[in-house]
Amino acid sequence: MALLEVNNLDVRFALRGGDVRALRDVCFSLDRGERLGIVGESGAGKSVAAFSLLNLIAKPGYIAGGSITFDGEELSGMKDRGLRRIRGNRISMIFQDPMMTLNPVLSIGEQMVECLKAHRRISTREARAISLHKLNQVQIPSPETRLDQYPHELSGGMRQRVIIAIALLLDPDIIIADEPTTALDVTIQAEIMDLLLELCEKHNVGLVLITHDLGVVSQVTQRMLVMYAGRVIEQGPTREIINDPQHPYTQGLINALPQMATPGSRLNQIPGSMPSLSNLPSGCAFHPRCGFVNDANGEPRKACLDKVPGFVDSGNCRVACHMVAELVNQQQRDSREEIL
Amino acid sequence: MTAAVSQHDPKASAALAGHRENDTAAPLMEIRNLYKRFSLSGDFLEQLKFKGGKLVREQEHVHAINGIDIDIRRGEALCVVGESGCGKSTVARTVMGLLSPSQGEIHYDGQRVDHLSAKELLPYRRRMQMIFQNPYASLNPRMTIQQTLEEPIRLHHPDWSKERVRDQVRDVMDSVGIDPDWGSRFGHEFSGGQRQRIAIARALAVDPEFIVADEPISALDVSIQAQVLNLMMEAQQKRNLTYLFITHDLAVVEHFGTRVAVMYLGMVCEIAPTGTLFAKPRHPYTQALLSAIPRLEDDRPQHIRLQGEVPTPVNLPSGCVFHGRCPHANERCRQEVPALIDVEDGARVACHGVEEGRL
Repeated sequence: MALLEVNNLDVRFALRGGDVRALRDVCFSLDRGERLGIVGESGAGKSVAAFSLLNLIAKPGYIAGGSITFDGEELSGMKDRGLRRIRGNRISMIFQDPMMTLNPVLSIGEQMVECLKAHRRISTREARAISLHKLNQVQIPSPETRLDQYPHELSGGMRQRVIIAIALLLDPDIIIADEPTTALDVTIQAEIMDLLLELCEKHNVGLVLITHDLGVVSQVTQRMLVMYAGRVIEQGPTREIINDPQHPYTQGLINALPQMATPGSRLNQIPGSMPSLSNLPSGCAFHPRCGFVNDANGEPRKACLDKVPGFVDSGNCRVACHMVAELVNQQQRDSREEIL
Repeated sequence: MTAAVSQHDPKASAALAGHRENDTAAPLMEIRNLYKRFSLSGDFLEQLKFKGGKLVREQEHVHAINGIDIDIRRGEALCVVGESGCGKSTVARTVMGLLSPSQGEIHYDGQRVDHLSAKELLPYRRRMQMIFQNPYASLNPRMTIQQTLEEPIRLHHPDWSKERVRDQVRDVMDSVGIDPDWGSRFGHEFSGGQRQRIAIARALAVDPEFIVADEPISALDVSIQAQVLNLMMEAQQKRNLTYLFITHDLAVVEHFGTRVAVMYLGMVCEIAPTGTLFAKPRHPYTQALLSAIPRLEDDRPQHIRLQGEVPTPVNLPSGCVFHGRCPHANERCRQEVPALIDVEDGARVACHGVEEGRL
């Protein structure tokens, strides 16, 4: 059994006009020391997926169904007291904006000691020693002085290093990183990503990396999920998805990158934009933008318009698409005929 | 199309660059020895301080731009890249006349424009337009799209009839892929990508020849970025536009730019045709920047790790601004500011190491 298992996760936001379903049927798992990427555009539900793991969704959001099992324990529906044992201790989080996550009126040392003392019965001196050790691990220059500095005295990259140190403070099993480098410059982003990767490998920490940057996912993670309009539409080994995406949306996303086109030529754009979650199209949510909605006769596939696609296995990947399902069925039929 | 092909082939791109060097046509925009400083010290009274029993006046400045020379040629897309705080947005705003330079000159089509009054500048304002980063902030929430697009046309063509203005608005909305019947809607009724299209339509409404775009796609999603970039390239071909394109996204630069200027702490450290720069980056900073792009192809690339972080532009380092982080810095780099020198393939680099042949 995997360390973290998420099954049929269903998250809704109770709004005046009725419930908005932010996540539907999200399933994934994470083994010890594994690195998983969650990719999607804004509004796809990737941050909601991450936050719901630790039940950090604010009202009016709530988990309407499904299960989140961590190390044999069910997390959804767990009381706050129980969750506090896990949050920051066994599963820790790194958020996007390092300026927003650090408390501006506490020194770096105070914030780290506070976190340690909340989970362990240790003296302030011991806590400071551990903090210093962690700051050393994230390669902050002159860590002793940093302990007594305030967040505003550090640069953006340095602050994100402090956040990583805090995330590692209690030797967690899993780190959930929500766009950890989006607010940073490219060279700093590369350094921070290298550091995070190195530390996760060294300490055998699992990583759930949420990002919109396919380049980062392809370099850091082993498996990935692609999300669209609150659903996972494709999942599998990162390299296979990047090299040979099956779902038309994933294909569109990768082909839209400037690095995939000849310089100066027209980019392969996906027409339209992501639908609002409160007003999803019928059937497959991607069908109004999909270039493969028509079948061999040039008619729109009825299933695409009416039926939400389920997952089909295509190689090592799982894809939610009627077109891919047809192809897979066809291949299976062909191979069966060959055998006969 | 020839440009697209030749950028892939370093030899052809060198020939192209050489051809451009020989091109005698005057550049559309010339930025000469430009400096821009922002005072940090407030007004005159706040600058006064007691020191050793005497009243002295002290001023501190942010040195946003420190002597840059850039020519922008007709019909090209010049990209300015750099990390936050390197002064690239200040360049865009100074070029547009939204900020006045502390020192230096800006020439547009052979005319010096940086010292002109607002009234004298008006005819130039029609010819140069700007697209901003955040389409959520750059559209007036209380104006309909029709009003937003009519405003610049009325300002620059007060003699046009109502019908003519309306026709122009319809044309320009059509050209950016926004249904002309949506004119009575407000900005908030559109998605981010559509808003940026409207912002582009507003820039195109007065038929400009030069467009400054400050991070026009950074706030957008990947699939929408491609739409907006395509639109901008289409407009460039159809209307023969010249772009000054400010961005931090190097993948976009590689695709979109004719030439690239790399900035660091208010200085240009390298300026080169796009193909040359990506095939053969010469400045150590450019090399580090390019190696940091997260690419799809490689599993675990080797980043060039830079020492430390970007110094503050308040107290500039002596000599080459990059020397504190440069792995190849020597005594000369610490003392002498490097000038941009011509190297082959139409590239210009400001680095003592390159000049001396060390790198």
